[in-house]
Amino acid sequence: MTTLPIESQKTSRIRITLNGEEVDVAFAPYKTLLELLREDLGHTGTKHGCELGECGACAVLLDGKPVLSCLVLALECDRRNVLTVEGLASDGRLHPLQDAFADLGAAQCGYCTPGILVTAKALLDQIPNPNRDQIREALSGNLCRCTGYLQIFEAVEAAILKIAEQKKSAT
Amino acid sequence: MPIQKDMPDPPVEDSRTNKKELRVIGVPRRRVDARAKVTGQTRYADDIALPRMAYCKLLRSPHPHARIQKIDTSRAMAHPGVYLALTGKNLPIEYGILPVSQDEQALCVDHVRHVGDPIAAVIAREELTAFEALDLIDVEYEILTTISDPEEALATPEPRIHEYGEEGNIHKRVSLEFGDVEAGFSEADEVFEDTFFYQGSTHLPIEQHASVAIKDPDGKLTIWSSTQTPHYLHRALAKVLEMPPAHIRVIATPNGGGFGGKSDPFNHEIVVAKAALLLDRPVKICLTREEVFYCHRGRHPVLMKFKTGVKKDGTITAMHLQTLIDGGAYGSYGVASTFYTGALQTTTYHIPRYRFCGCRTFTNKPPCGPKRGHGTVQPRFGQEVQLDKIAEKLKIDPADLRLRIAESPNVVTANYLRLGTVGLAECVRRVVEKSGWKDKFRKLPEGRGVGLACSAYLTGAGLPIYWNKMPHSGVQLKLDRGGGVTVFCGATEIGQGSDDVLAGIVAEVLGLDTFDIRLFTGDTDLGPVDLGSYSSRVTIMAGNAALQAAERAKALLAEAVGQRLEVPKERLSFAQKRVFDSAAPEKSVTFQEAVCLAEARFGTIGTVGSYTPPKSPALYKGGGVGPSPTYSYSAAIVEVMVNPVTGWITVPTIWIAHDIGRALNPTLVRGQIEGSVYMGLGEALMEEQEFRRLPKRLSHALVHKFPSMLEYKSPTSLDMPEVVTELIEEPDPHGPFGAKEVGQGPLLPIMPAVANAVYDAVGVRIDEVPITPEKIVKALAEKKGGRAPRFGPSHFPLVDWPEALRVPPPWEGGDGNAVNDVPHRGKSSIEKEKVLGS
Repeated sequence: MTTLPIESQKTSRIRITLNGEEVDVAFAPYKTLLELLREDLGHTGTKHGCELGECGACAVLLDGKPVLSCLVLALECDRRNVLTVEGLASDGRLHPLQDAFADLGAAQCGYCTPGILVTAKALLDQIPNPNRDQIREALSGNLCRCTGYLQIFEAVEAAILKIAEQKKSAT
Repeated sequence: MPIQKDMPDPPVEDSRTNKKELRVIGVPRRRVDARAKVTGQTRYADDIALPRMAYCKLLRSPHPHARIQKIDTSRAMAHPGVYLALTGKNLPIEYGILPVSQDEQALCVDHVRHVGDPIAAVIAREELTAFEALDLIDVEYEILTTISDPEEALATPEPRIHEYGEEGNIHKRVSLEFGDVEAGFSEADEVFEDTFFYQGSTHLPIEQHASVAIKDPDGKLTIWSSTQTPHYLHRALAKVLEMPPAHIRVIATPNGGGFGGKSDPFNHEIVVAKAALLLDRPVKICLTREEVFYCHRGRHPVLMKFKTGVKKDGTITAMHLQTLIDGGAYGSYGVASTFYTGALQTTTYHIPRYRFCGCRTFTNKPPCGPKRGHGTVQPRFGQEVQLDKIAEKLKIDPADLRLRIAESPNVVTANYLRLGTVGLAECVRRVVEKSGWKDKFRKLPEGRGVGLACSAYLTGAGLPIYWNKMPHSGVQLKLDRGGGVTVFCGATEIGQGSDDVLAGIVAEVLGLDTFDIRLFTGDTDLGPVDLGSYSSRVTIMAGNAALQAAERAKALLAEAVGQRLEVPKERLSFAQKRVFDSAAPEKSVTFQEAVCLAEARFGTIGTVGSYTPPKSPALYKGGGVGPSPTYSYSAAIVEVMVNPVTGWITVPTIWIAHDIGRALNPTLVRGQIEGSVYMGLGEALMEEQEFRRLPKRLSHALVHKFPSMLEYKSPTSLDMPEVVTELIEEPDPHGPFGAKEVGQGPLLPIMPAVANAVYDAVGVRIDEVPITPEKIVKALAEKKGGRAPRFGPSHFPLVDWPEALRVPPPWEGGDGNAVNDVPHRGKSSIEKEKVLGS
C-alpha cells in the first residue's frame, strides 16, 4: 500500500470543544487523539512517552474523564469535550494545581507533568478532598521518573486547600 | 558584547561562606522554568515543527550479531513520498563519546552488533511513509555467533565484536594496586570474601529521544536535540560530517528526563543532520519507546568479588576488588565505567591498601554506559552489603562500625583522590536518630527489618572527556540599561534545575530575584562551553562560573555607584533590586540606575566567568577517573516488611541524610534526593534490563525480554514509600556558596540498605540486584534446608589480569605515580586521552 500525501488523507472531519473553544478539524482517519492534538491542532502541551498506553504522559480529559489520548481514536471524539494542560489556566491565572506544582517542585523535567495535572484535576473534580491514598491511586497510571512522586502528592494536597479557600472566599 | 577582562577579581569569600545573609540561596523557591512546565509550554525536541519538515525512520538490525552482505535501498527510494535513503556508506566515519572508543558508525557499514543497531535511514514527507519504506529495504545478513554475557565473551574470542580492545572480546582490563595488599590481609583478624551480582537497568526517561536538524539559510547546520551533552554532540557531528565546528550549532532542548541516557552522541542525531544538509529542508526523528531501549547506555551488569581484611575493631586493613562488566555492543563511556567500578571504594571508609582489577567485555546487547551513579553503584552495593556481614561477624552495630571507620575530611586516599568536606558520620548519626535504629535493628519481629548503607559521589568529574587545559564551564553575563540581566551558558537543563542554579547564584550576587534573570542555555552558539549534564558537575562548575561572572559585574557596578554616592565601594550592598550604602541605607540607587552608571563609565556591561577543577594528585595511568573537586556523602536506612511465604517485599519508610554542603534551592534538592531514592528503589526491587535467547528454531537470537514500559517494571505512585530527608549543610569551600552535588549520590545507598534490611527481616542474604520475591523464597528454602541462607552468584571466573600498576599510597611515600610505569605526567596528550573518563 502506498501512503497518500497527508493533505489528501484528511478525509475525516470532527467538531470538538477543545479547552472551551469549538474547533472543526479535518484529519487522516487513522490518527489518535494524541496525534490530532499535537500534529493537527498544534497543542503540543500533551506529551507522549510510549504511544502504547503504558506511561500516562498523554493523559487528557475527555468529557471530564482522564483518558490516554494515544489509545483514543480522534474519530471517537466528535462533539465531545477535550481538556488539555493548555486549558487549565483561566482568566490569565494558573489553576491552583499548576501553581502548587510549580511552587513545590512537583515538576522536574516536566515531561509527565501535563498528564499528571489533568489526571489530578479529574480526581479533584470528582472527589474534592481526597486523602493521600486516593491521590496515589488516581495517579498510579502516570509514570514519573524524576520526582519519586512525593512532591507531586504534596502539590495536589496544597492545591486542595487552595481550591477550598477560593471557594470559601467566593461564597 | 564587549567583555571586561581587565577588572580585578573581587574577593569571593563572602559568597562561599555563611558570613552574609542570603536572600535567594537556601530559600525554597519556584524554579525559574516551572511556569513553562506546568502550562505545557516547555518546548521539548519533539514539540518542534518547522515548515517543509521531513521525517526520518531507521531500519534496525533484527539480529544480535551479523555481517551485512548486501543492502539495497532502491525499492525504498522509489516509494512515493520518500526523499532520501541513507546507508552506512554515506556516514562511514567512526565516532564515540570517548577518544579511546571511536567505535560507532551512524549507520552500520558491514557489521551489526546488537538487535536494534541501525543500518539504514529513510527520510520522507510523512513519518508513516518513512516507516512503510523501511520494509522496502532489502538486506542480506550472514549470521554470526552471538555473545550473550561476559563469561561467554571471555570464553569466545572469535568472532570478535570489535577489532580493537585488549584481545578477543575483552574491551578493557585494568589492574591497580595501592600498597601491599597481601601484607594488609596478613595483618587482618578476619578476611571476608563475597561475590555479588548487580543486574543492568535502563534510564527509562519518559521523553523518547528526538532531534530536528536544519540547514540554516546561510548554509550552516543547526540541530535541536534531547541531549545532555550538546558540546560532545557538537564534536561528534563535526568529526563525522567533516565540517568545521564553527559551522555547526547544537541546541539541547530541555530533556524530558536524562539520567545519563542522553549523554552519548547518538546515531539518529548524526543521521538527521546529514539528511538535512543533503535535502536542504528540516528533518526530524522521534524514537519509539522500543528504540529507546536499543539506545540504552544504561547500568552495566557487574559481577563483583570483594576480599576485605579487618581488625577485630572493624578497622579495614586491605581490600581487593574484582569486577567483570557486561559492556554490551559498543564502547560508549565503558572505559570510564570500568575504572569507576573501582575508583570510589576508598572515599567512604579508610582503606590503607587497595587492589582493583576490572574487566569490561563486549556482548551482543545494546551498549551500556552511564546511568545515575555511573559505574560506582554496583561496587557500592557489594561493599555496603559486605560491611553488614562484617559488622555481624564482629558483633558491632553496623552504624557504629561505619562511624568508627569513616574517612576524614581533606585527606588524600590510597588511590590519590583528594577529599573535601566529609559529612558521612553526621549523615549516619542523623538517620540513626530519625529512624529509631537502636530500637529496631535486630529487634523487630520476624518479617520486619531495617538496613543501613552509605555512599559517596563525585561533585563533577575532575577531568574532561578529551584532554585539554581549557575551562569545564563558562558563563557570560550581559547587563543592559533597562536593568536586564542575561545569562549565557552551555549548561543543559535535563530537569535537574541547572537553569535555576544559574539564576539563583546571579540573583543572589546582584541583589535581584530569579525572575529578573533571563537565561540562554544549552546552545553551543549562544553561550560559552559547558561540558554537559553528567557526573553531577553542573552546580559546582557552571555555578562557580556564574558566581565569578556575577561578582565581576557587581564590581563594575559598585565602582560606578560608589563614585556617584560618594561611598567606598566596599560598603555597598546589593539587595532588593537596589544598591545601597550598608552604613546609611537611605543612600541608594535602583539596580537599573546602577547599570546605567556603570555603562556610562565603562561602556556596555558584559562579564565572563569560567571554572576549571583543581589538579588531581593521581598521576598514574587510570588516575583520571575518580578525581573530583569534592565528594557528597549519603546514608540511608530502609525499613522493609517481607512476607516469609511469598517473599513479597514492602517498603514503608526510608530515612536518608545527604551531605549537600549547601542547598541552593532546598525544594529542588529534596526533589533530587527523593527522585534518587525512587530510582534506587526501582533498581533494588524490580528494574531489569533482561535478555533471552529465542528458541533455536527461531534463530537463537538474543533479544530484549522487556523492550516496553509495561514489561520493564518501574515503581509507580503506589509503590513509593514515605521518605524522611535530612540535609547536612556544612559549606564546602569548593562549591558555589558551599554547594556539593545531589543528583546522583543519594541513589547509591538505597540498594544495599534494602538488601541489609531484608537480612534483618528474614535472615537471608540476597547478594544480587534486583532483590525479587522469587530470590527471597529460594534463599528461605536454602535456610530451611540447613544450607547457606543466601541467593547470589557462586563464583567469579578466572580473568587473565595484567600486571598491576603499583602505586604506593601517600602514607607509604608515594607521589601519585606508579613505580612500575613511566611517570605519567609529561606524556603526550594522545596517550593521556587514553586514561580520561567522565
